[in-house]
Amino acid sequence: MADKPKDVLLNPLFNENPIALQVLGICSALAVTTSLKPTLVMCIAVIFVIALSNTSVSLIRNQIPSSIRIIVQMTIIASLVIIVDQVLQAYAFEISKQLSVFVGLIITNCIVMGRAEAFAMKNAPAMSFLDGIGNGLGYSLILLVVGFVRELFGSGKLAGIEIFKTQTDGGWYLPNNMMLLSPSAFFIIGFFIWALRSWKPDQVEESN
Amino acid sequence: MARDTVGHTILVAGVLCVVCSVIVSGLAVGLRAQQVENRLAEKQKNILLAAGTYDESKPVADQFGNIESKLVDLETGTFVEDGSIDTATYDQRKAAADPALSIEIAGDDDLAGIKRREKYAFIYVVKDDAGNIDQFVLPIYGKGLWSTLYGFIAVDDDIQTVNGLTFYEHKETPGLGGEVDNPKWKALWPGKQLFNDSGTLAIEVIKGQVTANTSNAQHKVDGLTGATITARGVGNTLQYWLGDNGFGPFLENFRTGALQNG
Repeated sequence: MADKPKDVLLNPLFNENPIALQVLGICSALAVTTSLKPTLVMCIAVIFVIALSNTSVSLIRNQIPSSIRIIVQMTIIASLVIIVDQVLQAYAFEISKQLSVFVGLIITNCIVMGRAEAFAMKNAPAMSFLDGIGNGLGYSLILLVVGFVRELFGSGKLAGIEIFKTQTDGGWYLPNNMMLLSPSAFFIIGFFIWALRSWKPDQVEESN
Repeated sequence: MARDTVGHTILVAGVLCVVCSVIVSGLAVGLRAQQVENRLAEKQKNILLAAGTYDESKPVADQFGNIESKLVDLETGTFVEDGSIDTATYDQRKAAADPALSIEIAGDDDLAGIKRREKYAFIYVVKDDAGNIDQFVLPIYGKGLWSTLYGFIAVDDDIQTVNGLTFYEHKETPGLGGEVDNPKWKALWPGKQLFNDSGTLAIEVIKGQVTANTSNAQHKVDGLTGATITARGVGNTLQYWLGDNGFGPFLENFRTGALQNG
């Protein structure tokens, strides 16, 4: 485990990316990435939840009885997610409608609880906060890549701005409908992992 | 360790629950006004969208000036104007579940899959600048695949032409059934004809696409790829709400002139 703040913050981006290396949090990576705007809001929401859940869990880590530690973490995470959901409904209504159920599903995002259990229970609040931000960013990196590819090839747009003029609007581009369906995110994440592991071969698992 | 004793465990659990619930409920109460406002604006926006008069550059409330909401007794198809129902407090969504204000729909008639429906429904009368009735926006709802879809259909004053259809609340699969929100799909609706030559409600959502070869294309709308059940739900919802058990009597009254002064 890295000890320098910089490593704690930046390692989850490429070296220990929660999606690419640990293959956690795939569900929301499939669900919300059809276009960039909701993807970006989802990323911010997840960074907020991980950073604060890590900090809170770390603050009370010496008080948490080990028999109920998982449920304590869940309660904190669930409360934070409700806060995010309520704030989105009040101030970003359109986006919250698009994200619909997936904001609530941040609760079940394995990355959040994984970091609380694996890092925040053993480390000081400041480090846990950085670890949360770092892992949130690592998650966001993949989501944004996937969202970028899916929106560009699925609807010919980026963040709602037209890049390729589609045939239905009188242009030349025939959108790839598969990009709008969840399986395409699997392929894109797969390619991303392939590229990452070619660049950093030490991430390749030993084959038996 | 001391922190693993039963007493300490209960203490931590208790304190945590109280702290979390205070934060969550405080926030929920504090933000409620803003959320209610958002939902109302969203509903009004959808009424305007259905009517095809929505202008993004102007505040929703200003554009709502030409629209009058009226309560209709669905069974008789007449406006409720004798004050027997207080329109300011009448909550249509709640009424649908209230035995005193709703009726049970017989199984065969229940095309929309909603089991009960309210006796009185708000409709929105869109008038032109001279004050003449231009079109009606009718609230509709029915079951899709996962959820009940709530929406509006705008019908021209000829009680034949659809001016628009929109859903403002549903929980269908994003990208599949959720495509009922797609502006491109919604754009297929304006101009469709509700009734055929013999006066039967003929509007339907077909499987696949309406092409130049489709017979009676004026009554048919493309289905949604990968969302057969949602699309069927939309079709059935329209069949129900525009039929005799829904707004049929009201539409009939307007057509025959009984409500011209509405």
